[in-house]
This record gives sequence, C-alpha cells and structure tokens, in this order.
Amino acid sequence: MKKVLMTLRVNGVEHTVAAPENAILLDVIRETLNLTGTKRGCDMGTCGCCTVNVDGEARLACLTLASTVQGREITTIEGLTPRDGTMHPIQKAFCEAGGSQCGFCTPGFIMTTNALLAGTPDPTRDEIKEAISGNLCRCTGYIKILDAIEAATKEMRVERVPPEHRHVEVER
Amino acid sequence: MRLDPNPRAKDIVREEARLENWEPYRAPLEPGKHPHIPANGLKVLGKRVPLVDSPNKVTGQAIYTDDIKLPNMTVAKLVRSTKAHARIVAIDTTEAERLPGVVGIVTALDLRPEQRFGVLPLTKDEHPLAVDKVRHIGDPVAILCAEDEATAIEAARLVRVTYEELPEHLDPLKGLKPVEEKIHPEIGTDQTNVQKYVDQVFGHPEDAFADAHLRIRHTFRFKGVTHAMTEPHAVIAHQHPNGRLTVWSATQVPYYVHRSLAEVTGLPMHKITVMRPKVGGGFGGKSDPFNHEMATALLAMKVKRPVKLLFDREESFITGRGRHPTETDMEIALDEAGNLTGLDINAVIDGGAFASFGIISTYYNGVLSMGPYKVPNFTYKGRRVYTNHIPSGAMRGHGAVNSRCAIEVLLDEAAEGLGMDPIDLRLRNLMAPYSFTVNNFRITSNGLKECLEQVRKRSGWDQKFRKLPLGRGVGIGCGFYISGSNLPIHWDIEPRRYPQSTVHIKIDMDAGVTVHTGAAEIGQGSDTVAAMCVAEVLGIGTDRIRMYSGNSDTAPVDLGSYSSRVTFMMGNAARKAAEDVRRQLVQATARKTGHPEEHFVLENERVVSMANPEVGLSFDEAVREAIAGGGALVAKGTFVSTPMGGQFKGATAGLAPAYSMSAYVAEVDVDLDTGLWRAKKVWAAHDCGKAINPLSVEGQIEGSIHMGLGQVMSESLEYHRANMRTMNFLDYKIPTPLEMPEVEVIIVESNDAEGPFGAKEAGEGPLLPILPAVVNALYDAVGVRLYDMPMTPDKVYAAMQRNGGAKKPGSVAPQVSVRRVN
Repeated sequence: MKKVLMTLRVNGVEHTVAAPENAILLDVIRETLNLTGTKRGCDMGTCGCCTVNVDGEARLACLTLASTVQGREITTIEGLTPRDGTMHPIQKAFCEAGGSQCGFCTPGFIMTTNALLAGTPDPTRDEIKEAISGNLCRCTGYIKILDAIEAATKEMRVERVPPEHRHVEVER
Repeated sequence: MRLDPNPRAKDIVREEARLENWEPYRAPLEPGKHPHIPANGLKVLGKRVPLVDSPNKVTGQAIYTDDIKLPNMTVAKLVRSTKAHARIVAIDTTEAERLPGVVGIVTALDLRPEQRFGVLPLTKDEHPLAVDKVRHIGDPVAILCAEDEATAIEAARLVRVTYEELPEHLDPLKGLKPVEEKIHPEIGTDQTNVQKYVDQVFGHPEDAFADAHLRIRHTFRFKGVTHAMTEPHAVIAHQHPNGRLTVWSATQVPYYVHRSLAEVTGLPMHKITVMRPKVGGGFGGKSDPFNHEMATALLAMKVKRPVKLLFDREESFITGRGRHPTETDMEIALDEAGNLTGLDINAVIDGGAFASFGIISTYYNGVLSMGPYKVPNFTYKGRRVYTNHIPSGAMRGHGAVNSRCAIEVLLDEAAEGLGMDPIDLRLRNLMAPYSFTVNNFRITSNGLKECLEQVRKRSGWDQKFRKLPLGRGVGIGCGFYISGSNLPIHWDIEPRRYPQSTVHIKIDMDAGVTVHTGAAEIGQGSDTVAAMCVAEVLGIGTDRIRMYSGNSDTAPVDLGSYSSRVTFMMGNAARKAAEDVRRQLVQATARKTGHPEEHFVLENERVVSMANPEVGLSFDEAVREAIAGGGALVAKGTFVSTPMGGQFKGATAGLAPAYSMSAYVAEVDVDLDTGLWRAKKVWAAHDCGKAINPLSVEGQIEGSIHMGLGQVMSESLEYHRANMRTMNFLDYKIPTPLEMPEVEVIIVESNDAEGPFGAKEAGEGPLLPILPAVVNALYDAVGVRLYDMPMTPDKVYAAMQRNGGAKKPGSVAPQVSVRRVN
C-alpha cells in the first residue's frame, strides 16, 4: 500500500507521518500518534465517540480524511488537559456531576462541549441538548452529562470575569 | 397462545402454596440502625462521591482493551458465516495464507468437538469457531491474524468456505414442534428446537381463575433489543515463551472467561491470566465467555505473538446476547375487593443460535413475577426455543423486564375494570417486608409502599390521572429485581463451600490501602463502592485506597458483574475485609497505648479512643504498629449467601439474598396527528436499601430509564429473512439527549438487614418500571393500549384510528367487564 507523508498539528505539536493517502484521521490519531483518548465506537459517524476539535469545531475523526486537515489545529482530549496538573473545567465538571460512568463516550462529549462553549458561551439546556445530540451514551441517560455541561458553562463564565469582579455572580 | 404441557412430565413442578408465607418473620430494622454501621456512625457512605476513576476517563487516560498495544502485536479478523444454518463442508485457506503479511490462521476444522464451552455448566453448546455447522449468519468459522488490519481484512475475504445448507429455523413458535435438523442435536431429548422447558404450578390456579370476579388476559409481543454499549468487544491474547497465556478482554466476567479458556485451550487454569482493562459498558452484553475470546486465544497459541481482535460495530450487534424476543400470553385473576388471586403466564422466548444464559432467562420470564405482589396461585409455562437468529442472552433486567411490563399493564386494566385507582390496587396487593412468596422467595427489606406513596405525591398523580387534556397522560409501573442470585451458576462445584465474592486488603509501610477484588468495574462504579466501604470502616479518605480489580493473578475470585450482585456480595466482602483490618489496627493501638480495645474507633485517619480523644494513634502510626514483627498487614473478607429456598426443581432460579423494589410515574405527551409520543417526565422511586453513593444510584436509575425507554419507544432488532438488518446506530435507534425525559429520582432506603450497610441493588431493577409506566401513560393520554413493543408512532397512530380516534379513558365505557376472558 502506497504511503505519503502528511504533516498534522495535533495538540500544538507538529507530526510528520507516513500514511496511505486515504488514511482516516481517527486511525492516525490512535494508531500512529498513540493518542488513544479518542475512542472508536462505530467507525461510521453514528456515535460521536471519536469527536475531536479541528480549528475549534467539533469533527468526527472517523469520517475525516487525515490529508484534509493538514495545516489545521487539531485538538484531542489529551490536548484539553492543562499542563499544570489541574483539570479543564469541563473535565472537572464531568467528574463531579457524575457525567461519566464507563467513560467510553466521555472524551467525545467533552470535545463536543469544548467546541460548543467556544462558540456559544452561554447555552441554554435545550441548546446543549441539540449540540450533543450526535454523541451517544448508553450509561447515563444524558442527564448528568447535561448537568456537567451546565456546571462547566457556569464555571467558565466566572473565569472570563476579571478576578477583581468575580464576587459578582454573572446571571443570564 | 396457551402452551402445551411439557412432554417431559417429570419436569413439571407442582407445589402447594404456603399462605402463611405472607406473615412477616421478623420486624424491619429501624432507619439509621444497622449492624454494619460503626459505633461512631457513617462518615463516607451516603455522600455523593465522584467515581474514583473519573479523572482518568475525562482526560482520555483510562485504558480500554483497544488502547493496549503490545510489541510485535498482530491484528486479527474473524471469518463469519454467510449462512444461517449449514454444515461446513470445506474451508480453503490457501489463498489467504499466501497473502504477504498474514501470520496465522485457525479454522473450525482445526478444532475438536470436545473444545466446547458455555456460560452455564448444563448447556456448553458453543465452540471457539463453529464446529461441524454454523447456526446464524455471522457465526465465526475461522480466525486469522496479519501484520496490519488491511491485510487481515483482505485475507479474511480470501478464505473460501463451502457450506451445505440446512433448513432455516426462524420462528420460535414453529420450533415448539418436532423439526427437521434440530439446531443443537446435542441439547434436549426431543425432536423440537426447544432448549428449555419450565413448567410450574403453585397452589390451585384453575380454581382461582374459575372463581375469579375479574380476569384480564392479553398476549404481549416484544422485539429483541440489544445492549448497544459504546465500546465494541475487544480481546488481546498472548502466549509467552514459558507457555503462560495472558488474555485481555473487555468482559464483565473475567472468572468465567478464565474457566472457559482452560476448557478450550487444554491449559490448566494456573497457566492462564485474564486481565480486564477498563470496560466501556456491558449491560449483560459482555457477560458471556465468548467464542471470539476463545478463538483469539487459540490463534495466539499457534502464532506465538500477541493477537488483538477488535470488533466493528456490526460485529458487536451480531454477537447478540440481548433481551430475548418474547411472546407472552398472560392472565390475571382478581376478586371483588381487588386482591390478585391468580397469575397464568405462557412465555415463548427466541433463544437464537446458542444457549448462553438461556436456562435462567426462561425461569426469570415467569418466576420474577412472583413479587412484589402477593400471588397465591400461579402457573408458568416457559419455553426457550433455538432459532437461527443471533443468540439471545442476559440483558439488564434479564428475563424479568418483559413479564414485568405485561403484568403491570394487566393490573392497570384490572384497576379500570374494578373502578379502582391503579396505585391503590397495587398498594392493596403488596407483599410485607420480611415475608415469603409462594415459590419460597425470601423477601427481606421492602420499601415499595413508600416508593408508591412518594411518586404518587410528587407527580401530582391524583390531580393528573385521567384528568389531563387529551394527548397527555400519566401511568404507573413497578419493579422487583434480584440483588444477585443466591446460588452461583457453577452449582456443580459444591457452591456452598466457595464464597461468591472474596476481597483481599493489603497495607504495608506506606500506609496506603490496596484492595484486590475480582469484581468487574464496567462503569457502574464497583471500584468506588469497594473503596467507599473500606474507607468507611477504616475511617480514611478514599484517596488512600488503591483498587486492583483487573488481574486474575492477584484478584480473588468474584463471580462477575451481572445479576446485580456486586454491591451486595462484593460490598459485604469488602466490608468484612476492612473490619479485619480494623481489628488488627485496634489491637495494635490498644497494645501501644495500654487502653482497652473496646474504646477505639477509626475516624479522620486516626485510631482514637471514644473515652479520651487524646488517646490514640494516627492511621500511619497504627499501621506501623500492626506491621511490626509480622510484616505487611493482610486481610480477607468473603461473602456466601444464606441457604434458602424450596426443594423443587428450579427453586433457586430467582432466589436472591435481597430484592430491590421500584415505582415510577411517567408523564407522556402524544401527537394526535402522527402518533409520535414522548415521555416528558418520570418520577422514579427506587428502594435500594441504602444508597452507598447516591450520585451513582441516580446515574444507574437515569441510565436504566434511558435503556427501558429505548426498548418501548424505538429499539428493535429487525430481520430480513435470516439477515439481521439493524446492525448500526442509525438503524437501531437508542434514545438521544433529545428523547430523554426529565427525571426526578427518589431514593428510598429500606435498610436491608443483610445488605452491606443496608444496601441492595440499583443496577438492573431501575429499568423494569419505565416500560409499563409509559405504556399505561399512553392509555391515559389517548385511550389505546399497545401490546406490541416497541410502540413506534405508526403503531400508536394505527391503534388510535382503530379506536375511532384518540379518546381519554373514562370518557368511554371501560373496556373490561366481569369474568371476561379475552
């Protein structure tokens, strides 16, 4: 099988990989780059477990040709985790609200949430439901996932307020 | 569809009902008082604790089977049958073997018939690869591995299998009669495809039905549904140079996998290690030892390199073991006052190609209807029939879900016929706590009355039932489920002599607490339950605890995560192990301080005297005192069920050390123009004895509602002839966030005397009530009852049309009458 060289920028790091022209991004992420946090649930875009961010937008890695996202900023769940040993507010919220049970769908949900909140910082619960409706979960019934995303939204809203004003609760 | 009597007359059970069973044999425990609660009260349990392994999951660092890469690993693919029922005449692998990059191939022809296995000892009807014949489309006939996935896929295409087709058996009802070419000639003594007959009679049902004031009877049909867990099945096998075999599998039952591997590989169990990485959901879909696990092991032993097999989504669907497609003809009898006097169940369940848990499924379709209401006269005929469909097995609520839906719908009709409120009818018939059913199930704690009262109040039932506008309705449904099976399934190895769960604790100079258990963490939070129980007894935070539950070399046997046994059985074992540690630490502290042992409690990371808080040691100091002279502190706790139950055949099926109870009210909204309906809100009361971790209990209830709602709303496994055509998430529709109702969870704690700190199950029982609650709510909304699941919009619409349009019940004469037989 003929391979070509591709350069992919993943989590801020440039990787040059040799892969078939039609290599799927999910395969490159998991198998070539060894970033196994992004999960393979169906390989056909029906479950959302493989959701990553490309230039801040939620994308299904199993339906993305790796060659088409060269030169873009690709973020996986590993890239969302801060380097200082803390957790991203979305990650923390999923832990505390019980939004993760078996955890297999969790990276996908978190990356969808990250993309949502970048574009819509103050979503309603209904807007959140629409945004995550492409991510399937069989454990939680989605309720604590919605709770987690609402909690993350609230915390990230507070973080956007300069520290000297944080005692004022920002209400919608 | 009244079933014919069992042709094997000796298998018919006839028992006199013991009506004094209804009297409680002891008083319930007072709330807050429980023998397991330490003297200084509960500090950890009952708090909402995030799962101890969440940080790994949310950062993508949790390791599932497919995340594991071993050096020199090969990629495997299965070759699957394209025929539903056929003899294998030849398998030609020459072209596949010649493909560059192919490492090894094992076919069915390489296996011996004795290399058989199956999750239940009596029905080991599976082989690692189909030996002699294939029994469903997709049945594996060969396994091969290659240097990379693309080569493996290409090689699988090059394997040529020659089949001699046999008659296809696709209708379980036809399989009740003698057939040509039984699917499993080795199972059963007659010429039918029936795998299991259950025939039971308790009391005098014929008299009860003859004398009844009201009889309601319907035939209910349920399509097959499947677990649809997000992680596809995956397994890695590696035989090391010293001959030891290690198998990593996404499994709920590492111990059963271990036993089966020994049976099919010929290796003794002590040369096999089973590793269970993080599992992405099971729900009963990963609770069989599987042919693909066995085949991967055999291939690994041949090629002497690690072999990884990952299923694609279609293969996970084909592996099956979901809820049996069911046809149930059920009738209830009641007296004028509304007491249930009789129950008659006839159930035919489509077992598909293999036995799996089928013997138990067949029992549970009948016997788990013996609670939570008093049923003095009962008859059950259950038949599990082999077909050439994918195999059915255990799925959350195993065997009880469909029958529970049926009886709860019949009770609703009965309430209408009697002019009674359906909640009042149920309250009238409840079993008392600490009493017995007529088939000798021992009911212990029982909070169903409180569950019913809570959901009645919180949902505003009395203001809504029959009173909401046309198109909106409320319905009630109850649930009753086992907290583990009293008798282990390997009853052939003197079960009373071996614990059902063992937990080891080890503490050394670092004063960190290592807990070893074979209990499988599959996302339900069993590691967290263990950690919380140990933390509670030892007065420490869960951050001091290290859970080791995924390695069979070090984990003491726990039978696995199925039948909702883990909290009850492993929780008790963990508690007892921790109590042994506590005893050792208290002894050491008493010795060191010179104060009596009885004074000391463990709390806030200290061993401290209740008489004088100045006296005591820190946890670290106490550990080092306890270790001095003897080395690392070790402790063991075990659980084995109290012997109980009747003496008749099948008496242990459904017998449990405790039962959970639940009551749900569902409110639905129906679009009168299209039949599309949605559950808007569910008030869910579940008696789990004691919520060890309310965050987890809520999560289980909410997830169960999702799964049960899916079954009654949109999920069904559909076939075109022998081809299953719902093999992906587009065709098989599990609810998305847009379909989920709002859920108000009410945790009821009936404080079980034997449960760990009072706890009972909360993993499967919470699924049962949602089906009947929405079925009954639909009737309240638009006046139609559906008996065919799922209730897709086209069926609802057609039913409304047949009924002359949507009508609120109560606005027409009741559909039932005295002594009516349908």
